[in-house]
Amino acid sequence: MSELTSMTIADARDALRKGDVTSAELTEACLDAIDRADALNAFVHKTPEIAIERARAADDRIASGDAPDMCGIPIGIKDLFCTEGAPSQAASRILEGFLPPYESTVSGKLRDAGAVMLGKLNMDEFAMGSSNETSVYGDAVNPWKSNGKNAGLTPGGSSGGSASAVAADLCLGATGTDTGGSIRQPAAFTGIVGLKPTYGRCSRYGIVAFASSLDQAGPMTRSVRDAAIMGRAMMGADPRDSTSADLPVPDFEAMLTGDIRGKTIGIPNEYRMEGMPAEIETLWKTGREMLADAGAEIRDISLPHTKYALPAYYVIAPAEASSNLARYDGVRYGYRARLGQGDGVTEMYEKTRAEGFGPEVKRRVMIGTYVLSAGFYDAYYNRARKVRALIKRDFDQVFAEGVDAILTPATPSAAFELGKEMSDPVEMYLNDVFTVTVNLAGLPGISVPAGLDASGLPLGLQLIGRPWEEGELLNAAYALEQAAGFVAKPGKWW
Amino acid sequence: MSIDKDTAAKVAKLARIKVEDADLPVLAQEFNAILGFIEQLNELDVDDVEPMVSVTPMRLKRREDVVTDGDQPEKVLKNAPEAREGFFAVPKVVE
Repeated sequence: MSELTSMTIADARDALRKGDVTSAELTEACLDAIDRADALNAFVHKTPEIAIERARAADDRIASGDAPDMCGIPIGIKDLFCTEGAPSQAASRILEGFLPPYESTVSGKLRDAGAVMLGKLNMDEFAMGSSNETSVYGDAVNPWKSNGKNAGLTPGGSSGGSASAVAADLCLGATGTDTGGSIRQPAAFTGIVGLKPTYGRCSRYGIVAFASSLDQAGPMTRSVRDAAIMGRAMMGADPRDSTSADLPVPDFEAMLTGDIRGKTIGIPNEYRMEGMPAEIETLWKTGREMLADAGAEIRDISLPHTKYALPAYYVIAPAEASSNLARYDGVRYGYRARLGQGDGVTEMYEKTRAEGFGPEVKRRVMIGTYVLSAGFYDAYYNRARKVRALIKRDFDQVFAEGVDAILTPATPSAAFELGKEMSDPVEMYLNDVFTVTVNLAGLPGISVPAGLDASGLPLGLQLIGRPWEEGELLNAAYALEQAAGFVAKPGKWW
Repeated sequence: MSIDKDTAAKVAKLARIKVEDADLPVLAQEFNAILGFIEQLNELDVDDVEPMVSVTPMRLKRREDVVTDGDQPEKVLKNAPEAREGFFAVPKVVE
């Protein structure tokens, strides 16, 4: 029943309310699609019992007439979210066997709204990666393939399993998290929509921490409207996260008019990267024209500190990761190494962490340890935080001058072959060049599928909004989505 | 700044990650590549810039200093690799 699994959240909601379909039927169809899609390695822990039980409960709730928008909608949850009684290991060996006795706030809000969890989704280990190749579960695979080629492509990362599952119609939407681009880059690589809300919109409680000042959860869906619906259900103040914002969450869907007449869209000069493929340049130009045709004023702007965003990120994110990941010590949860005769507690830590973490995680933890170590704290960490302030100031200035949203490419390329960029960490980091500024400044950003490249792979455009104005941002994205009219789907090979 | 094998070993020790001696040169090389990338930050004059602490000027929330959670040792110990008599168990720390 591929028609069911390929529904948008909005259509499924309406069909559920009309009684045209039940959540049980939708859920069964998704579970069936998931079982046939092991080649994508998107769902790494399937939870059919939980799904069927929640679907039944959702159907009762819908029948009683008291159903929120997400009620009965089958979704996938990134493995980074703690889900009560279901494995949650951040794609790391070090959390092998961990069964959280509690639920993350975001997945809990979705659960309470009646959404149906189908299982846990693949990702880069601790969300550190841009290709889903650092996962203990193995690579997630992109449902898209280059024309006439058979090579497996990356779905992007770190939310690669989420992107692959949504693009392949295994679920109607998925949660992702975004620390440097981990929602928007995989969304762009798989032809779906990915929203990173303003920092503080979604509670971080119960989401395995990577870099606490950058991490933010968001929806990954097949339409902007779905991102509005699912995003709203995920957001809101939470006493368990002191950085979550005490601001009302508006009805984003009601704000989707597609009318952006009189809005000012900024085109940042600094995002024209040397060596950027012509196709990306063309797509960006097309996006600019589409927004102009929709009545927006297009303005060239400058964000002068853009080139320092990635280096600042690669100080701040590893530093915070080094602190956050100190908790994995083999004592309280997860993996503990087998110890030798005479091994003490220090050997236990060192062996557990050597065996439990993968190479990229170890690399980042150690870089973080180095930049925070005595004598280097000011030279690296504090300097990076100051540069971060400059990057944020760039955005503050253009917003103060009347820019409503900023249009950029989402990624510097289309999806690349698995295994191709793994050898050079710095090369891999460049994937986040257009997205990472948004995390540093704490702004909302959204990736919208906007076209195909010459080899038939999807490309995305990114819109960046003012803080807390996800509604405006989603509306601009909606206008772009309508103008782009992206309807392509990956050919089914799995 | 260049990281040698000894510095790499020291960092690994600080991070409590065991790295075999044979792997240290490669690790040092990787550190140097990443730090070389980070060095760009030195091009900027940041003397009069305040480090960024939050996205919106927002005072961190405070709550009443009261117990809001706890008294669930079984749940806390449930995921421990080794637990005994209501405690986490680790190798002997003091002789």
